[in-house]
Amino acid sequence: MTTFLQQLVNGLSLGSIYALIALGYTMVYGVLRLINFAHGDVYMVGAYVGYYLSRKLQGKEPSLVSAILVMMGAMAACAIFGLIIERLAYRPVRRASRLTLLITAIGVSLFIENAAQLLFGADPKFFPSLAPRADFIVAGVRLTSEQITVIAVSFLLMILLRFFIQKTRTGKAMRAVSFNLDAAKLMGISTDRIIATTFAVGSALAAAAGVLIGMQIPKIDPLMGILYGLKAFVAAVLGGIGNVPGAVLGGLLIGTSEVMVVGYLSSTYRDAIAFGILILVLILRPQGILGRVTKEKV
Amino acid sequence: MRIRYLLAGSICAFVVSILACGKGASTGSEILVGEYGSLTGGIATFGISTRDGSSQAFDEINKAGGVLGKKIRLLVEDDQSKPEEVGTVVTKLINQNHVVSMLGHVASSYSLAAAPICQSNKVPMITPSSTNPRVTQIGDYIFRVCFMDDFQGAVMAKFAADTLKAKRVAILVDIRNDYSVGLQTVFREQFKKRGGTIVAEQSFSQGDSDFHAQLTQIKATNPEAIYVPGYYTEVGTIAHQEKALGLNVPLLGGDGWDSPKLWEIGGNALNGCYFSDHYSTDDPSPIVQKFVADYKSRYKNQLPDALAALAYDAAKILADAMTRAGTTEGAKVRDAIAATKDYQGVTGKISIGPDRNAVKPAVVLKVENGKYVLVETISPEQVKL
Repeated sequence: MTTFLQQLVNGLSLGSIYALIALGYTMVYGVLRLINFAHGDVYMVGAYVGYYLSRKLQGKEPSLVSAILVMMGAMAACAIFGLIIERLAYRPVRRASRLTLLITAIGVSLFIENAAQLLFGADPKFFPSLAPRADFIVAGVRLTSEQITVIAVSFLLMILLRFFIQKTRTGKAMRAVSFNLDAAKLMGISTDRIIATTFAVGSALAAAAGVLIGMQIPKIDPLMGILYGLKAFVAAVLGGIGNVPGAVLGGLLIGTSEVMVVGYLSSTYRDAIAFGILILVLILRPQGILGRVTKEKV
Repeated sequence: MRIRYLLAGSICAFVVSILACGKGASTGSEILVGEYGSLTGGIATFGISTRDGSSQAFDEINKAGGVLGKKIRLLVEDDQSKPEEVGTVVTKLINQNHVVSMLGHVASSYSLAAAPICQSNKVPMITPSSTNPRVTQIGDYIFRVCFMDDFQGAVMAKFAADTLKAKRVAILVDIRNDYSVGLQTVFREQFKKRGGTIVAEQSFSQGDSDFHAQLTQIKATNPEAIYVPGYYTEVGTIAHQEKALGLNVPLLGGDGWDSPKLWEIGGNALNGCYFSDHYSTDDPSPIVQKFVADYKSRYKNQLPDALAALAYDAAKILADAMTRAGTTEGAKVRDAIAATKDYQGVTGKISIGPDRNAVKPAVVLKVENGKYVLVETISPEQVKL
């Protein structure tokens, strides 16, 4: 039983990472109907920004302050990075067909991956420890400080996001844009600004995920975004793409089931399970667990 | 239609002429030796150490006048730590650069991909450090100068049972890696023979970075040690996560751990872990100490790992064989390598057996604050396979 609970904690902390990345996918899809394939790479860039920032702060004792600084720095850098991607790559083709947008996204993704290999080197890098370590043992289950941080920070960010979308003016505008872009524009909403904000927020969340995985794993490499991005995308689809709570639910489900499969079956099925779940959901409930059925306008 | 035939014909002629060119290789003032290795990517230090070791050997040989009155030039190609790239770079070395012999690889999966190409082109290949038995079974042009997985796995099983007095050991294996699975099989069998129990067997794949699930399962079985016959990138990550989960038992491993990066990755989490290896820089014999001193002065004070030492020996044995053969022709060099007997290398006395494998002892090293300290030397006679 202890082992099962321990695995559950492992699964939830991995799932929170997927959830954070999935949020970016789902938000961008919500406003633009675009699957932003470069999103996984933004997560990778976030991890690297965190790595270089923490190297700068190294020498000082690991402390909560430096951990927060690193996290904030990476989030800010990636928010700007997200804005740049949106401005340079997606805005010029926004009026083009959706296929053009999709292919642009794949192009951006490949560009970032290869540029990162040039810039950071193809060798994996290893995060120095950021926060002081402390472990808690609850009913025989060991909660490492890293796992607690991952879960706590993810949930904090998700609650903040929920507040932002539901309660602020910008959030309201975002919902309006996602409901109907043209109508929102007619109502005087600056859609360009809202779309840019969506990219910035989504990218910042991905950066947070990057730093968190760096603290926990602690290996990062320029191609780490591919698989994590893909699984987070599956999580977003699973929860119902375009639906924010759905992305969180999907992420946690994928993370937990992955850990359980590795723990109780075999590590070889680790990736098969995520995509197996995707296929099942697409057959049984194409709109996702929390998704709404939308009628395609022809 | 006719144009198409013409085109096809001329392409064929072109290919044939290129292939024909290959036969007249090495007539210049240099002898070209090829080496394929991973210079970038997840197992990059393997390739870099190997290249550094073999370059040092060839430079020493060239300074002393070369081989057969010619200088040896080493051409190194990078496979980016991708097994699927091996075929491309080895074919390029053979067909475009016309190398007369080949060195490589460290990782067995990669050597297994290259060996058939060298065999069918009749280019002798020496792998400095691939320990999987199947590598040299590919054909009579494929040799190795290191011991094999069977022996290495048996050494660690003996060490765990006799020296550590462990009764319960768990295994965490890289399931898609020939080397890792090879070590696992022998370790399991030998450890049971010595009265121990394997309490858990979990797996991962090279490139994985999250091992919490496997380690949690292993922890539940209360092992006294965990055998992790993987490569340094994953091992360092596993050590980190193992300690984070509060599992404070030593990890045991093989020569795939040997990398200057291992400590950088795992850090303090690796203290008190053990692995089997080919040689120790602590060895007081003059040949080892001279090699270590030369290597350090050549490469910014870095200590040569076992892979560098094996590459050095492989290069020296290749040059020795060419000298004895009196030619660089594939078949004659092959026979000369096969006849190598009691060659005193850095990694011990090397004789090539009838199955083209080297027979030699292994050492067990302990990780202590970034240093690898010699604990025990185990000879082939001490472990019965």
